[in-house]
Amino acid sequence: MVETRRYWVTFQTIFTKEILRFSRIWVQTILPSVITITLYFVIFGRLIGERIGEMDGVSYLEFIVPGLALMSVITNAYSNVVSSFYSSKFSRYIEELLVSPAPNWVILAGYVAGGAARGMLVGTAVMVVAMLFTDISVHSYGVTLLVFLMTAVLFALGGFINAVYANSFDDISIVPTFVLTPLTYLGGVFYSIELLPEFWQGVSMVNPVLYMVNAFRYGLLGISDIPLGIGFAMIAAFIVALAAYSLHLLRRGIGIKN
Amino acid sequence: MLALDVQQLTKTYKGGFQALKGVDLRVEEGDFFALLGPNGAGKSTFIGILSSLVNKSSGRVSVFGHDLDRAPERVKSCIGLVPQEFNFNLFLPVFEVVVNQAGYYGIPRREAKVRAERYLRQLDLWDRRDTEMRRLSGGLKRRLMIARALVHQPRLLILDEPTAGVDIEIRRSMWSFLRELNAEGTTIILTTHYLEEAESLCRNIAIIQHGELVERSTMGALLGKLHTETFVLNLKGQVSELPELGGFVLQHLDDCTLEVEMNREHTINGLFEALSRNGIEVISLRNKQNRLERLFLDMVEQRPADAGEGV
Repeated sequence: MVETRRYWVTFQTIFTKEILRFSRIWVQTILPSVITITLYFVIFGRLIGERIGEMDGVSYLEFIVPGLALMSVITNAYSNVVSSFYSSKFSRYIEELLVSPAPNWVILAGYVAGGAARGMLVGTAVMVVAMLFTDISVHSYGVTLLVFLMTAVLFALGGFINAVYANSFDDISIVPTFVLTPLTYLGGVFYSIELLPEFWQGVSMVNPVLYMVNAFRYGLLGISDIPLGIGFAMIAAFIVALAAYSLHLLRRGIGIKN
Repeated sequence: MLALDVQQLTKTYKGGFQALKGVDLRVEEGDFFALLGPNGAGKSTFIGILSSLVNKSSGRVSVFGHDLDRAPERVKSCIGLVPQEFNFNLFLPVFEVVVNQAGYYGIPRREAKVRAERYLRQLDLWDRRDTEMRRLSGGLKRRLMIARALVHQPRLLILDEPTAGVDIEIRRSMWSFLRELNAEGTTIILTTHYLEEAESLCRNIAIIQHGELVERSTMGALLGKLHTETFVLNLKGQVSELPELGGFVLQHLDDCTLEVEMNREHTINGLFEALSRNGIEVISLRNKQNRLERLFLDMVEQRPADAGEGV
């Protein structure tokens, strides 16, 4: 009981520190995504989208809302943890945590919760902006929130692993640029995979972002290229795998201990 | 009770460099203990292992009876670390740094704030509580590292060169604070390059060199090993020709300053009597070199880099 309370206080401390960190610099952390996604809505949704017509039975603007909202969740959850944890390594204040009796899983949970909170906050802001452009009535609140949360957690974990291996500030931008952005753009944000040739449909199936975008699209619009159960199972499997690997890295002290 | 019990501790870094070669060390509860050694001797690696910042290669570490391998959380709870290098988030205010550190140890926020205020006041930092870390001077950062290390009230405080780069006034005030802390029961292990600091504060001492312990004794016993001492005398008048004084070796530094090397069998009183007999009056005297510094240099100079290889 005493241990549980101690762990909870430690988690709260890390989580609050993370929330305050991105809140203090909201112009750098919250605003850019909202502006970028607004431009996507205006350009792709309104100007180009009206010429594209319907996709999967809904207007193109409605079709891209779930993907764009999820894209902002992915980017922000990832970048929050990667930049925060790498900064703590770079300036060595990660040692404040390493000398403390905080268990590795609490440290991981604190950072991931902080990243997930930023991802969900920005994602929510994007959804509010989306409501200004289109009338989306949420098909399933439960599915929508669950996918939102699981996606944020998964990419916060990804950001953590990136930060552990990063040796310079350049290293924390390589994965988002060369891995995350292509995965997101090819994950069915702007199109239905049914439009792709059969071979590329098969290739798309190994992209985890595809499952998230489609599960989220189901939550909002009730349409999906992927069965919902498979979508959730894939996201959960990725979360378990990345969490286990993150704990392994912390236990071995890779990137943070000599 | 033993505050620290280290047995056969080794550390080999990637690339094969052996920083610690089987160190055994015991420190009693309540001790003020100096761990000295030249740069690269293995002191920081040793402290890094105790504080869980460095993984050991082999050996056993026990802190107040808790084994580092079996109960790392209990060991960490017992230790407060003041590291050699600054390791702060430079954009956080002073108060938040200390309160967060308490939170990492599971101390609820309300209690953490009370403790943070107490230690910031004790270390004269309370007026700076809202100042961002990057705006603090080096001396203030050193004091803040002590406040941060104490906020969970550790039984063993490890200070790795805590006064490096701070002015003499702050250094003296830190000494006074550490003495009080030790008197209240906190065991302290100190590494420092200011040997005057170690001599003034510590009761027991260990010297580490090339990853091995080369000396472990009380400060008094170690200083007792000095066979000769050298003093610098400022004279009232000029002395052009040096007298022959049995048991004392005199040397001119300039017309009004003498250097005297004397055997421990002789006394200062005897020196003054001999000088008076020769019409030499002394205004003041000082040690040419700190006594511990001299012993330390003697020891490390006697042991070249490969002296311990193969042991």
